[in-house]
Amino acid sequence: MAFFTASILLILIGLYAVLVKRNIMKIVIGLSLMDTGVNLLIVSLGFIRGRTAPIINVKDLLFNTSSKVVDPLPQALVLTAIVIGVAVTAVALSIVMLMYSKKGTLEIDEYKELKW
Amino acid sequence: MRKLIAIAFLLILGFFMLKIVSVFPFGEERWGVSRHYVDKGIEENRASNLVTSIVVNYRGFDTLGEVTVLFLAATALAFLLATCKCRKKYERIEASLTLKTASDILYPLLILFGAYIFIHGHLTPGGGFQGGTVIASAVMLMLLSHFTFHPNHRALSTIEGLAGIIFVLIGFAGFIWGGSFLANNILPLGHWNRLFSAGVIPLIYIAIGFKVGAELSGLITDMYKVTKEEE
Repeated sequence: MAFFTASILLILIGLYAVLVKRNIMKIVIGLSLMDTGVNLLIVSLGFIRGRTAPIINVKDLLFNTSSKVVDPLPQALVLTAIVIGVAVTAVALSIVMLMYSKKGTLEIDEYKELKW
Repeated sequence: MRKLIAIAFLLILGFFMLKIVSVFPFGEERWGVSRHYVDKGIEENRASNLVTSIVVNYRGFDTLGEVTVLFLAATALAFLLATCKCRKKYERIEASLTLKTASDILYPLLILFGAYIFIHGHLTPGGGFQGGTVIASAVMLMLLSHFTFHPNHRALSTIEGLAGIIFVLIGFAGFIWGGSFLANNILPLGHWNRLFSAGVIPLIYIAIGFKVGAELSGLITDMYKVTKEEE
């Protein structure tokens, strides 16, 4: 339960940064934090108490495997999600660089073109 | 005021998220389709690392899509930075002797370690993505410490394209001789827990390792070049 609470707390901290902070860099950091929180949540959903990692490197694990290892599927999904998170962060940072080169500031309030 | 509204909203959201998640008891068995992956994984794929067996074989098509997303992100980043007129003057400070010497020693070792991680992806924790990231970190270390270090961009994109094509070709080989896209029965499976085992899984992971390494190195170089060119 502590893992669930901690990962939800991470998601909320990231969302707080996105909602409240005015600096674009801090918003990107918030997005990245939310990503980490979601990954931690998915991995902890697949955890089973007292089991070992899903790597069959000793003979003992070869038989009756599903009573000895944790669920590998959430870990495989998170592996995908981490890579996508890196890609999203890289594109977001390059957009920040583009915005900074146009106006010379990172304050989100200075960008009024999309307001109505 | 804005902060208070945001905090109230987040508290409500957090409460409901916690409610939803607490339906699932922590640390108990919840097998779905992955029971088959765990119990039959060794028999069908011979890969010791079950996560690799899922990522590359059972969900290999998903991984192909993921690699495509990474390629798309690198392309978008190169496009965005090419249109960027980021020609501000940045003061560049010469790296210290410690950093230079250490990165000279660490650069080949880091590349070797990355290669080790993706070659042993089906035996130990790790794989193509992790190994590729280690290689990209080696390139980043060199970029930070040496002014004159320029990775060959054309070579990087050639490696990346070739690795992607190899991944798709292995998939089509499975389609022609094995019965389905990315099928793992076109090569002998070998013995459990050996380096030459698990059919096409190590080949695909080596291709992914090259692709991710070249892609992330190119991405870092692209971002870095913007601050570099005006000198």
